Amino acid sequence: MTELGDRAEALTLLVDMLRIRRMEEKAAELYGAGKIRGFLHLYIGEEAVAVGAAHALAPDDNVAATYREHGHALLRGVPMNAIMAEMFGKRDGCSRGRGGSMHLFDRARRFFGGNAIVGGGLPLAAGLALADKLQGVARVSASFFGEGAMAEGAFHETINLAALWRLPVLFLCENNLYAMGTALARSESQTDLCAKAASYQVPALRVDGMDVLAVREATRAAAQHVRAGNGPYFIEFQTYRFRAHSMFDPDLYRDKAEIEAWKKRGPIHTFSARLKQAQMLTEEQFLALDAEVAREVQASVEYAEASEWEPAADLLRDVMSPHAP
Amino acid sequence: MKTSYRDALREALREALDNDPRVFLMGEDAGKYGGTYAVSKGLFDEFGPERIRDAPLSELGFVGMGIGAALGGMRPIVEVMTVNFSLLPLDQIVNTAATLRHMSGGQFSVPVVIRMATGAGRQVAAQHSHSLEGWFAHIPGITVLAPATIADARGMLAPALADPDPVVIFEHALLYNMEGELDPHDTAGCDIRSAAVRRTGRDLTMVTYGGSLPKTLLAAEQLALQGIDAEVIDLRVLRPLDTVTILASLRRTHRVLVVDEGWKTGSLAAEIVAGIVEQAFYELDAAPVRVCSAEVPIPYARHMEEAALPQVATIVAAAARLAART
Repeated sequence: MTELGDRAEALTLLVDMLRIRRMEEKAAELYGAGKIRGFLHLYIGEEAVAVGAAHALAPDDNVAATYREHGHALLRGVPMNAIMAEMFGKRDGCSRGRGGSMHLFDRARRFFGGNAIVGGGLPLAAGLALADKLQGVARVSASFFGEGAMAEGAFHETINLAALWRLPVLFLCENNLYAMGTALARSESQTDLCAKAASYQVPALRVDGMDVLAVREATRAAAQHVRAGNGPYFIEFQTYRFRAHSMFDPDLYRDKAEIEAWKKRGPIHTFSARLKQAQMLTEEQFLALDAEVAREVQASVEYAEASEWEPAADLLRDVMSPHAP
Repeated sequence: MKTSYRDALREALREALDNDPRVFLMGEDAGKYGGTYAVSKGLFDEFGPERIRDAPLSELGFVGMGIGAALGGMRPIVEVMTVNFSLLPLDQIVNTAATLRHMSGGQFSVPVVIRMATGAGRQVAAQHSHSLEGWFAHIPGITVLAPATIADARGMLAPALADPDPVVIFEHALLYNMEGELDPHDTAGCDIRSAAVRRTGRDLTMVTYGGSLPKTLLAAEQLALQGIDAEVIDLRVLRPLDTVTILASLRRTHRVLVVDEGWKTGSLAAEIVAGIVEQAFYELDAAPVRVCSAEVPIPYARHMEEAALPQVATIVAAAARLAART
C-alpha cells in the first residue's frame, strides 16, 4: 500500500476529492431544479483519478479530457465559480456559456477541454505534444479518456504516432467498465487494455483508480518518464462511476450489487478512513473540511446565479477571429 | 516565368518553410515519396524529416494532431491525400478545428492549413472522384479556398498561414499539370476573401471555381463565337462567399449560370443561386441555371465519366439557352 506521506499533502488530496464530489452533487441537484440543462455527466466515484493525476502534473502541462471533466478542470485550477457559471450557461463561465458541462476550457491554464467526441481529445493532446517537442519545451501532454475510447480509431492512430515519434504524451485511461451502457467485455475482444497499449511499444501500467495515492504515485513516475524524453506512457486506472452515465440514463444495465460493491471501495471514505486510522484526521476535522468545501460550492452557485447571460447579439462573436488577413 | 500549378504550390510551401520555423508539412507520402501529386517533391531532402513529416495512414490521427500542434503554437500544413479520404478526419475538422474558438468563448485559435486534392476526370472511379467542397463550405468556423490559377496556387498559402483560423485548400487534381506564366516578383497581395472576375462580359455571368474554371473560360470563348459575351467569375474563396462580386456582375448582365463539379442537390451552386434570388431577384431577366455533376457515383469508363461531369459543351449549351431566354 502506498505511503500516506505528509499530512498536509494528504489532506489536500482529500479536500480536492471532496470539492469535486460536492460540486457535482450540487450540480445534480441544480439539474433537477432546471438551472443546469443539456447533458450532465457526473464523475462521482472516480474522483481519485483526476485528483491523484492532477497532483502529479506540473502547472504548465497540457491537459485534454473528456465530457466527464468537471473534476479535471477544477483540479487544473479552473475556479469553481467559472465551472458552475459555465454549467448555468452564463457569460462568466469558463467558456462564456457556449460550451456547458461538456466543454470546459481554460487557455491560460492549458486546459484544452472538455471534448464530447469519444477519443476526440487524443489526437489533440498528441498534437500539443508534437508542438512542444518541435519547440523544445519539456512539457507533458496528458490525455484523459475512457476505456470506451480505446475502441475508437483515434486511440490506435494516436498512440501509434505518439510512440513512433516519441512524443511526450501521457495516456490516462479511466476504465470505469462501461462505455455509456455497454460493458467492456460486451464490446471488446481484447479486454486487457494494457496489452493494447503495449502492442504499440508503449509502457503500460494498471493502477487501482480508487486509491488516490496510488494514482498520484503512478502518474508521477509516468510523467517523469515522459518529460525525460522517453516517449509516451499509458496508465489504466480501474475505477467506477457511482451514478448513471448522464442525467438521462435509467442505469438498467448494471447489477445493483456490483454498484454497491464498488461503492464500498469509494475513494473518499476509504481514504478518509485511512487518514483517521493513521491519526491524521478526526471526524470533527473531516466535517470541518467538508463544511469549508460546501461553502465554496455555495459561493459558486451564488456566483453563477448572479452572473449575466451573454447578450444574444453576441451570437456570432468568436466564430472567426476578428484578426483574419 | 513559365511554371506549373504544381510547381507554384511547391514554391509557396518552400517560401512558407523558409520564412517561418513554426511551419511544417505533414501527410501521407508527403516526405520521402515526394507527395502523391509530387507537390512536395524535393522538400524532404531540403528541409528534413522533422519539417516534412511522413504520416501513416491515420487521417483522423494526423489531422487531429495538426489541429493540436496549431493550438500548441505551430503553423502546421496538413496534406490529406484527397478529399475522398478527408471523410475520415472530418470529425476533427468539423467537431474540433471549426468549433473550438466559439465553443471555448473565444479562447483558442486553430491556425492550421489543410490541403487536399479534389475532383474527377482521371478515370479513378467513384471513391477517388469526389468533389465535396460544398460540404466544407457549409461549416462555420473555417475558410475554404479553391485556387484555380497558377497565381492563386502560388499566392494563397501565405495568407492562409497568416489566418488565425483553420483554412482548407482544395487543389483540383486536373489542375496540377496546368502551365502558364507567373511573375515571380508578384507574390504579394493575394487575398483569401474575394472572388475574381476572370473574363468580363455583358450578356451573362458564369460563376465557377476550382477545376471547372478552365472549362468555363473555354466555354466563354466558344460562346463569344456565337456572339454571346459571357463574364466569368472565379469564386476562389468558397467560404465565406464573396456575394458582392457576384451581385455586382449580375447587376450588369442580369443572367447567371453556375458551374459546379459537386452534385446539384444541396450544392454550392444551390447556395449561390439561393443567395442571388434572395438578394437580387428583380435584377434577374431569366431563371438562374446550374450546370453540376450528374447525381451518380462517378463511374470509371471514360464516356460514362465524361457524361457525369460538367463539360465545355454542356456549359456552352446551357449558357446559350440562358442568353436566348426572354
